[in-house]
Amino acid sequence: MKRHLLSAADLTRDDAELVLSTAAELRSLADRPIKKLPALRGRTVVNLFFEDSTRTRISFEAAAKRLSADVINFSAKGSSLSKGESLKDTALTLEAMGADAVVVRHGASGAPHRLAHSGWVRSSVVNAGDGTHEHPTQALLDAFTMSRHLGQGKTGSLDGRRVAIVGDVLHSRVARSNALLLATLGAEVTLVAPPTLLPVGVDSWPVETSYDLDAVLPKADAVMMLRVQRERMHGGFFPTAREYSRRYGLDGRRMATLQDHTIVMHPGPMVRGMEISAEVADSDRSVIVEQVTNGVAVRMAVLYLLLGGAQPGGEE
Amino acid sequence: MSTSYLIRNVSVLGGEPTDLHLRDGVVVAVGAVSDPGDGGVETIDATGLVALPGLVDLHTHLREPGREDAETVESGTRAAARGGFTAVHAMANTEPVADTAGVVEQVWRLGREAGHCDVYPVGAVTVGLQGERLAELGAMADSAARVRVFSDDGKCVSDAVLMRRALEYVKAFDGVVAQHAQEPRLTEGAQMNEGELSGKLGLAGWPAVAEEAVIARDCLLAEHVGSRLHVCHVSTAGSVQIVREAKARGVDVTAEACPHHLILTDELAATYDPIYKVNPPLRTRADVEALRAGLADGTIDIVATDHAPHPHEDKDCEWSAAAFGMLGLETALSIVQETMVDPGLLDWAGVAERMSYAPARIGRVADHGRPIEVGAPANVVLYDPSVRRTVDPTESASLSRNTPYRGMELPGRVVATFLRGRPTVLAGALV
Repeated sequence: MKRHLLSAADLTRDDAELVLSTAAELRSLADRPIKKLPALRGRTVVNLFFEDSTRTRISFEAAAKRLSADVINFSAKGSSLSKGESLKDTALTLEAMGADAVVVRHGASGAPHRLAHSGWVRSSVVNAGDGTHEHPTQALLDAFTMSRHLGQGKTGSLDGRRVAIVGDVLHSRVARSNALLLATLGAEVTLVAPPTLLPVGVDSWPVETSYDLDAVLPKADAVMMLRVQRERMHGGFFPTAREYSRRYGLDGRRMATLQDHTIVMHPGPMVRGMEISAEVADSDRSVIVEQVTNGVAVRMAVLYLLLGGAQPGGEE
Repeated sequence: MSTSYLIRNVSVLGGEPTDLHLRDGVVVAVGAVSDPGDGGVETIDATGLVALPGLVDLHTHLREPGREDAETVESGTRAAARGGFTAVHAMANTEPVADTAGVVEQVWRLGREAGHCDVYPVGAVTVGLQGERLAELGAMADSAARVRVFSDDGKCVSDAVLMRRALEYVKAFDGVVAQHAQEPRLTEGAQMNEGELSGKLGLAGWPAVAEEAVIARDCLLAEHVGSRLHVCHVSTAGSVQIVREAKARGVDVTAEACPHHLILTDELAATYDPIYKVNPPLRTRADVEALRAGLADGTIDIVATDHAPHPHEDKDCEWSAAAFGMLGLETALSIVQETMVDPGLLDWAGVAERMSYAPARIGRVADHGRPIEVGAPANVVLYDPSVRRTVDPTESASLSRNTPYRGMELPGRVVATFLRGRPTVLAGALV
């Protein structure tokens, strides 16, 4: 693996499968009474969050702590864009404190890339979501979840599995990372959105696209619903929330057209009644809560592999 | 210091080597000089050097008043002299904005005091660049600065009525409106060229159509009211075509291309290093090729630098927090050699037209942009096209360091610049 995890494109198929198999081993920890391994004892992981994100931050925090790393949480409230140099100054501070890994969430696309390549820090950088660019650990935990439910063979391969990613692809870092990672893992991805919410140049991505959710659903093995932020309405991307919901929301009627084994996913936080109805979110097909559990295991695997700890469970 | 320079064996506009004699601010001889006829003459061996008329930049940001941490008239004109320029047009987006006679006269006077090149202030089209009402264009035209170029550069005069009125109004003093063509609603929050890469990088796109739509509209407006229009920093293939068609129809439109748009492409944004962040953004390879072709066939009249200094902290940050713009004065001629002269798209006479005669004509600057001939003001550059150099930002005369060419090897070097017969650069160094 590379030293940093900035984009899902940084992962070869071997890398991704190593993360997923390591996560599977670490996942079993969650069911033990003592959930801790000594693998990263004495190492320091900094959670550097320039954007509010409760679930991703606590997921990384739990992951690092279960590997016995020291964790420093740093949340810079407010927009760093109004004081652009703060990313650099914060990074220099963390470097001086001796961070081994920096987990960064930032509102600006490419901020983790800058952190990793500007010479400001020597530590490994993990992208925990940057602007409208990428969120690679979310894609890994999504792939991990899919693999547990849909995977074939001993390795849980996703080869040929059909995944529909539905919603605001244009502004979604989750969609970008998932499209890249799932293609690497051999799955067939279809992005479903109104044309206004698909990025320019999407035809060069390793995916299919569709404007018609009803046509895509019966063939899907997994349906991933993306959050639609209400402020997008002011940008005129679609006329009303009601119309969006009618054309691109997943409700009970649409859920009935899915195959029996098809799972429903959502990276959270959900806007119930907008892109997903409560009936669907709380149904047996929904693996949304499990995604959160798997997130910890996947982030443990990422930190463990980047920081080159000892074999998980192999000592002490 | 000598007031008489005999330049031996120089190739004027790339022609056969000959001699050039500058005295008392004017060219007194072009051709073999056996006896310069005065004692104080200084002789320069210019074997292998090309003589060009002093370059004229129609688009420079000198940042003074207001952002003297980025550039001053003094430092910016030193950079200009090093780049072979004898005249620059200082853009109006200063703080305060150059929208009154007082501010343009201040900039003009600072230029005269610095003395490294002539400074022609550009006046703002609208008060405070706000795009709401016309600034006192006539007062700026009548001031000591004699403003003839008006621009809200950095912002687009997007209101069609206001643009029409500005185009009409400046006819009274033979002025020109230089439009920063950027449809504001199509480019809200825009960070880079809209295309395949912006979608991948998650950076908000700046679509070509946002430039082209404004240029098309302005060409039609200029045609309708019979005014002349200048288009700043044309960056897309579509814009080149629109200007080409307007010229063919007889519209009085001129256009500029920036050196960086002739050589760099949007792929550099993948580094997320905002040294490559500029407005309009770096475009695709196809756009670069179209700009070169347009500059070669005269659709694009001039090269203008859009020299835009920024302090280090405004570039040493994440992409979306960074300022737009890059340095250009000291590398412009080298980029034009690399992209136009060496590939055979333009000869040295063509460079003189695009970087001296034409910008002086558009700006109505009488004493610059004149052919090197007896009696003309002695504004001359001596340029060595045979050497190659690696760009080192710390060598810049600018107060800022935001050159996108750091570490890049470029051809050519300015050996000497003469402003009215007085050297501002000699032996490659500022005088």
